This record gives sequence, C-alpha cells and structure tokens, in this order.
Amino acid sequence: MIGEHSSKQYDNELEAIRSKVLLMGGIVETQFLDAMTCFRIGNAERADRVMREDDAVNQLEVQLDDQCSHLIVRRQPAANDLRTIMATIKVITDLERIGDEATKIARVAKALHARGAVTVNHYEMVRGIANNTSDLLHDALDAFARNDGTQALQLIAQDAVIDHEFRSIMRNLITFMMEDPRTISAALDTLWVAKAIERIGDHAKNIAEYVIYVVEGKDIRHTKSHATEEQPEQAEE
Amino acid sequence: MNTQLNQENVVAMNQGKRKTIEIAGLNFFYGKTQSLHNVSLDIHEKQVTAFIGPSGCGKSTLLRTLNRMYDLYPGQRAEGSIMYRGRNILEGGQDLNMLRAKVGMVFQKPTPFPMSIYDNIAFGVRLYEDLSKGEMDERVEWALKKAALWTEVKDKLGKSGLSLSGGQQQRLCIARGVAVKPDVLLLDEPTSALDPISTSKVEELISELKQDYTIAIVTHNMQQAARCSDYTAYMYLGELVEFGETDQIFMNPARKETQDYITGRFG
Repeated sequence: MIGEHSSKQYDNELEAIRSKVLLMGGIVETQFLDAMTCFRIGNAERADRVMREDDAVNQLEVQLDDQCSHLIVRRQPAANDLRTIMATIKVITDLERIGDEATKIARVAKALHARGAVTVNHYEMVRGIANNTSDLLHDALDAFARNDGTQALQLIAQDAVIDHEFRSIMRNLITFMMEDPRTISAALDTLWVAKAIERIGDHAKNIAEYVIYVVEGKDIRHTKSHATEEQPEQAEE
Repeated sequence: MNTQLNQENVVAMNQGKRKTIEIAGLNFFYGKTQSLHNVSLDIHEKQVTAFIGPSGCGKSTLLRTLNRMYDLYPGQRAEGSIMYRGRNILEGGQDLNMLRAKVGMVFQKPTPFPMSIYDNIAFGVRLYEDLSKGEMDERVEWALKKAALWTEVKDKLGKSGLSLSGGQQQRLCIARGVAVKPDVLLLDEPTSALDPISTSKVEELISELKQDYTIAIVTHNMQQAARCSDYTAYMYLGELVEFGETDQIFMNPARKETQDYITGRFG
C-alpha cells in the first residue's frame, strides 16, 4: 500500500508504534465487553479485571506518547507519516478515555449487583446501544489498522444513531423512576452506564475521524460536511 | 501530466500574490542532453520559493537559467520563456550584466574575492554605480547589516574576506549580492557547507531578506525548505512534479511521488 522508507529503522519504529496502538485498542475493546458482561450477570471478578487492565492501558498511553515524541525528534516525519503520528497521539487519548469509561461501567455494575436490588430490567435497557457501540469501536479500530478512509467515513454516521439511542434510554428510565420511586437507584446506575457507553461511541467516532485525516489529509472534526459528502476517493493503490 | 500541472499552476497564480518571474515551457539542454522538460511555474514577489529533489533532478539548472548563468558555458541552451519585468530574458539582446545585478546569485561554497571585506562588497557596486567615498561606506555598512554580518566585521573591514569563518564568508557573499540592490536572490544550496549555527543564521537572514527581495533557494535539506520557504517545487528527472505552498507540500502533497520523496521513501 505505502512503500518502505529508505531507512529500515524508521519503518520499524513506525510499525512498533502502530502495533502498540492496536494492542491498546484490543485491550480497551475487551475491557468494554467484559464490563458489559459484568453489568449483565454481575461477575465481580470480571469487574476487577477490567479495573486492573485500566492500569495497563494507562501505561501504554504513556509509552506511546513517549515513542511518538521520540520519532518526531529523530525523524522529523512529513506528509502521511506526520499525519499518522499526529493521529496516533490523539487516538491513544481516546482509547485511554474508553478504558476509563469501561472501568466506570464495571464499577457501577459491581455496586449494582452487590446491592442486589435490581428492579428495572437494566441490561435489556442498554443492550441495543451496547451492541452498536461495540461494533462501532471494533470497526473504527479496524479502519485505523487498515488505513481505510472509506470505512471510517461510514462509521461517523453510526455515532448519531448511538446518541439517539441514549436519549431514548434516558426518557425510558425517567418514566420508570416516576412510576415507581423504588427503581430510582437502579435506574440511575443504568443511566450512568448508558452515558458511559454513549461516550465510548463518541471516542470511537473520533478515531474514525483521525483515520480520514491520515488517509486524505482532511480534518473533518467539527464540520457538518461529512454527513452529506460523497464517498471519498480511494486511497492510493 | 504537464498540461494538468500547468492548469494547477494557473489556479495557484490566480490566488493572488504578485509574480516576479514567470517561467513557461522551459526546456534546457547541456549539448544534446535535455535536462529540463517543459517546466512552468511562477516565482512570487517577496516570497521564498524552494526547489527540492534528488541530485541531478535539474533544480540547480533551473536556478541557473534565471539569470542566464549558463551563458558562460558553450553548448548550453534554454528554450521557452522566462518573463521578468515584462521581457523574456531567454531572448537575445539582453543586458546580461544588468540582469545579473538584478538577479543575484549565491553559491554552495562561499566564494569571497581575495580582497578586503570592504572591497568584497564595493567591487560589485563599482561596476554598476558611481558612488562617492561616503556613499560607498554607507552602502557597505548597509549591505553588511542586511546580511547580519556588520557587528562581527565592523572593526576589521580592511582584513581579507578569506580570513572569515565559513559561515561568515557565506554571509559576506550574500552581502555582496545584496549590495547592488537586486530584485531577486538565487541561493544554490547556501548552507550545505556550513555548521548548524551558521546555517540557522543564514536561514534567519533569508526570512529577513524576503521583506525586500524575492528569493529562490535550492536545497538538499528538506527541513530547510520546510522552515524557510513559502512555496516549494519538487523536481524529478528534469520535470516539475509538484509546485505549491510549502505547508501543503509538506503536510498533504497532492502527488504520491512528492510524498515518497519528502517522507524518505525514495529509492
């Protein structure tokens, strides 16, 4: 797809950064899935694992930041290399936040099940948004791994669906709480979880936007243009 | 490819800045070997235009056509047009001395004349102007100040230009070029023989000089092109591959060939 540098070492350094980002992406994806399982069945051990893995994610963020600044100072990357590094620095921030949100979900889930007072059908409430967000996160990481700007552009629209789902969950939970105040505690917990999932969707969307920046050199953040835009040109062979 | 490039250049042209030199359909031959193929681009007034590309791509050749430096060598000829001040300088009947006074050149290796620092500057001025001693003193001081060399040499103007360090010699050559009040300065790898501190002084000087002059620079150092220039032209095998604003060329080049070169994927 993209040719090799005259300097093999430069290629190795870029590749090392790239695979570490994907490793980090894999960990946060698992964290999110584990947190949701924990929310569904209340497995406290799994909740602890999610929280433990957050340390690993934080460590990777620090290491990757360091590797990126070293690469900038040693190689002075330009053009697509520069965009890759700039995007990487931002992607890892989003990944780290996703890890934080997953940890939040795990913590709420553990507390919710420990209290044992589950009166709303809490998991069913968020099942749809959780599945959509999990797909979005997976596809965004996939687009990043393959430098696929076309796929990334399609993903951005999916975040709007997730935002809409969140608002609908919120209305639903408010109805529950008004009808029966005994559900308030569990409903609020469920709302925190739904909010965390919705935020993970936002971070996944950000990752998709960075992929477009890497591939096409266009910064589409905070623009409405991407909603109506035609398909981007295919990246070079 | 070339028609497309020409159209892109026209678009770039229409975006505003005034042009000092307009190159159109330029071909250049060393004897029978053609080393520039249909090059068209504009050099904008009071801007720095950098030429980058691998060795032998024709960037120095292009620079040398801009003041007809190649005329000094038999068998070398250029076709096409280079419009400067409303005239095609490639046509016969030009006052080449005047042209070279208006389009000055600084070379890769510092080339001070074997005479005093003062005379290095005054020599060129005397060819074109008849100044009194007082006026000449002022001009020498002005030129040395322009080249950011004055404070370092003001107490030893009578010493040989060759006694200066490499970086100072190069700035002396720039002062010599500036002294005759040109429109355009052509810099052919002006820092490739200099240490990093002298290099940054010369680069600093380039950004100072562009307030008053149009500058074209050939450089092997891509970071230097990125640091100093407003426009960048990437050349390969005698053709202009891409020409555009420096930020665009280094952030998001339009052509894959350019991207491969500036990211070090050339080979």
